[in-house]
Amino acid sequence: MRQLCKGNVAVIKGAVLAGCRAYYGYPITPASEIAEAAALYLPEVGGTFVQAESETASINMVYGAASAGVRVMTASSGPGLSLMQEGISYLAGAELPCVIVDVMRGGPGLGNIAPEQSDYFAMVKGGGHGNYRNLVVAPASVQEMAELTILAFELADKYRNPAIVLTDGFVGQMMEPLDLEYREIVAPEKSWAVKGTAETRKNMVTSIFLEPDDLEEHQRRMEAKYVRAQQAETRCEEYRTEDAELLVVGFGIVSRVLRSAVDEARRQGIKVGLFRPITLWPFPAKELTAVASRVEKLLVVELSNGQMVEDVRLTLEGRKPIEFYGRVGGNVPSVEELVAKIEENAAATV
Amino acid sequence: MAEERVSVGDLKVSTNGYEIAHSKSEVFYPEYERKADLKHQTHYCPGCGHGVAHKLIAEAIEDLGLQDQTILVSPVGCSVFAYYYFDVGNVQVAHGRAPAAATGLKRACPDKIVIAYQGDGDLAAIGTAEIVHAANRGEKITVFFVNNAIYGMTGGQMAPTTLVGQKSTTSPWGRRPVNEGFPLHMAELLATLEAPVYIERVALSDNKNIMKARRAVRKALEIQRAGTGFSFVEILSPCPTIWGKDPVEARKWVAEKMIPSFPLNVFRDRKVEIPTNNEPPRKTVAELVGGAKPAETSRPQHRHHFRDLGIKIAGFGGQGVLLLGQLLAETGMREGLEVSWLPSYGPEMRSGSAHCHVCLSKERIGSPLISRPNVLVAMNELSLRKFAAQVLPGGIIIYGREHLPEDLALPQVQVVCIPASEIADKLGSAKVANVVMMGALLEETECLSPATVMQVLEAKVKNPALLEIDRKALDAGRTYIDHMVAVGAVTQADGFAQ
Repeated sequence: MRQLCKGNVAVIKGAVLAGCRAYYGYPITPASEIAEAAALYLPEVGGTFVQAESETASINMVYGAASAGVRVMTASSGPGLSLMQEGISYLAGAELPCVIVDVMRGGPGLGNIAPEQSDYFAMVKGGGHGNYRNLVVAPASVQEMAELTILAFELADKYRNPAIVLTDGFVGQMMEPLDLEYREIVAPEKSWAVKGTAETRKNMVTSIFLEPDDLEEHQRRMEAKYVRAQQAETRCEEYRTEDAELLVVGFGIVSRVLRSAVDEARRQGIKVGLFRPITLWPFPAKELTAVASRVEKLLVVELSNGQMVEDVRLTLEGRKPIEFYGRVGGNVPSVEELVAKIEENAAATV
Repeated sequence: MAEERVSVGDLKVSTNGYEIAHSKSEVFYPEYERKADLKHQTHYCPGCGHGVAHKLIAEAIEDLGLQDQTILVSPVGCSVFAYYYFDVGNVQVAHGRAPAAATGLKRACPDKIVIAYQGDGDLAAIGTAEIVHAANRGEKITVFFVNNAIYGMTGGQMAPTTLVGQKSTTSPWGRRPVNEGFPLHMAELLATLEAPVYIERVALSDNKNIMKARRAVRKALEIQRAGTGFSFVEILSPCPTIWGKDPVEARKWVAEKMIPSFPLNVFRDRKVEIPTNNEPPRKTVAELVGGAKPAETSRPQHRHHFRDLGIKIAGFGGQGVLLLGQLLAETGMREGLEVSWLPSYGPEMRSGSAHCHVCLSKERIGSPLISRPNVLVAMNELSLRKFAAQVLPGGIIIYGREHLPEDLALPQVQVVCIPASEIADKLGSAKVANVVMMGALLEETECLSPATVMQVLEAKVKNPALLEIDRKALDAGRTYIDHMVAVGAVTQADGFAQ
């Protein structure tokens, strides 16, 4: 049944469907509706919502609940995520699964509340201390806000690692039809969790390994699971790439504007296609390499000063020319603006 | 002559002196893994209060039969390794965050025993917010706060509880209130809150006080077992190594220096009535994820000449601009279209202008952001002036005033003026000006069916009187445009200039 739903609200509907019954968070524009939806809906299905005193407390409440093996989440926007970085590092180090939503806004500092994609480095490359990775998914529609939140819970449990839903103010604030049918989603048994029972008494959740050899072994094991994730979990979408000479690359809201721009440029006879990473970590490098091998040139568009473009460059290792176009400060490029950029870059390919 | 032996607790006293019997609580592991070669030893220094505090807690857990139900949250500080000793469920957390993690654990396992064990740097400095708010929420956890007035593990820096004049490596001339402030009294501070049920400060200064501490530890855990509320025991504790004293002197220092600054007392011991008001209703997951009620899907009713529309709606905050956009999107969805609604969102409520973007399409929608709308609904002059130039040639502007400003010429587009506020006022509610605009939009573009709009309104507006005003407003908007067409004020009956 289709319902008109806000992206931020869809996150919680997906989370409830995924079996999440615990939310700890702190309000911030443009992510507050996630906390509001959690406050409204979770108690209705027997779950817990606590508005914490800070994002620092939120993420540590998540740490506690995750230690007990329940599906748990929080959400915020850039400034809040900065505060959560400590906790995310501990969660990764203690191998605790959870879902964290970042509805990105303009930065640095207080910045503004309009959309940016400038938390890419902080979320995809780390941000907290130590050797770890976040699993990162990037929804571009209200439907995906729900579906990728569900996926994030599944990936988090599968790899015992925090999973980030990385989106922006527009996708969070906009409304679209959400088609979400009830389906049974069963979380895996977590034999490692600390539940205050005789069976789990010997379990311990910790990120401290004082002996260098122990910590190295722990990190090697984490690395191995990250390699497994890189092999198994990349997701992306291609649009009109079959005969494309120019490939535009963008995620989240940018991919939506690019899609319209591709259609418009195609009407003008420009052979352009769109590559949209759905998982930002693991980055869909294999898929991008395959598409890129058929095109002349790439144009990466982001709401940042050039963050994801680094992964595109690392993936292609100089094999294709890569141009970058970024808007920042909360400005989102218009379709016309991106069509012009496509025209400019398509002209340069011939 | 036979040796005389007297048993006193765990110590077996012989006439030749003392013999350590190594008897200990079952809640401790039989061997400690912290030191590979010394499995009977803790890592705590001789005379350290942590050993005594651990013993009191372990014995209480054992005596109350809670070993299998207990989750111990270890902090950062000397007791970071508490999990090497307590044979219970263990969770090690970040510096200061134990009360937050304990909150998450207790809420996930409400019938289990969750203990946060924290030192003074952990609880009273970096984690001040976490302890205050966990206590204020009345989390049904137990916090043991070991206060030794110094940072032990990091080598003797000043703690928030360091005494006035007490030297540390970061208060080398002694704590000076003029620079470092006064010692923080956490038990007293928490006792100002409503929710905690038990707050006591005890001291490991001598056997008598240790027995009082023993009773406090038990009481705190019994309170948690009964589910009564938040319990907190501050334990004044010796740190001989950092204080530069032998164990006996250190205990004396607790008695003579710490207790005068941190008086021993029961600061709170009462049952607190927590009101349980407004219990939320219960729903099934299917009901919740599927929306409030199943949406009735109408047959697509849009006319044969429907084409994808990008509609921008703008006005003052409070004119119902965002709701009008939602009504449009919801109606489109019910008619089987792809739709998107994107609001402007601002930091303040008053005197703001608001606008939103609505896309209606037969295909999957790319950009929900409309830079060149086909249709502009401008509810005030400001919005008209701001956005009119963006409207595509051949597009439509619906302006919510009777006339265009005289200085504004818009030859490229078709403009329809309607005094929406005046019409709404006559209907008895200024709030329905947006619905009047909706009527005008429907009549002018025929993009959606008025019947479907009414279906949506019927589902959203519960008050029958208000619904009736909405119905009239929708009709009035349509009739006004229809009349203008009849008198030739609008050149085309409907649709777009092609």
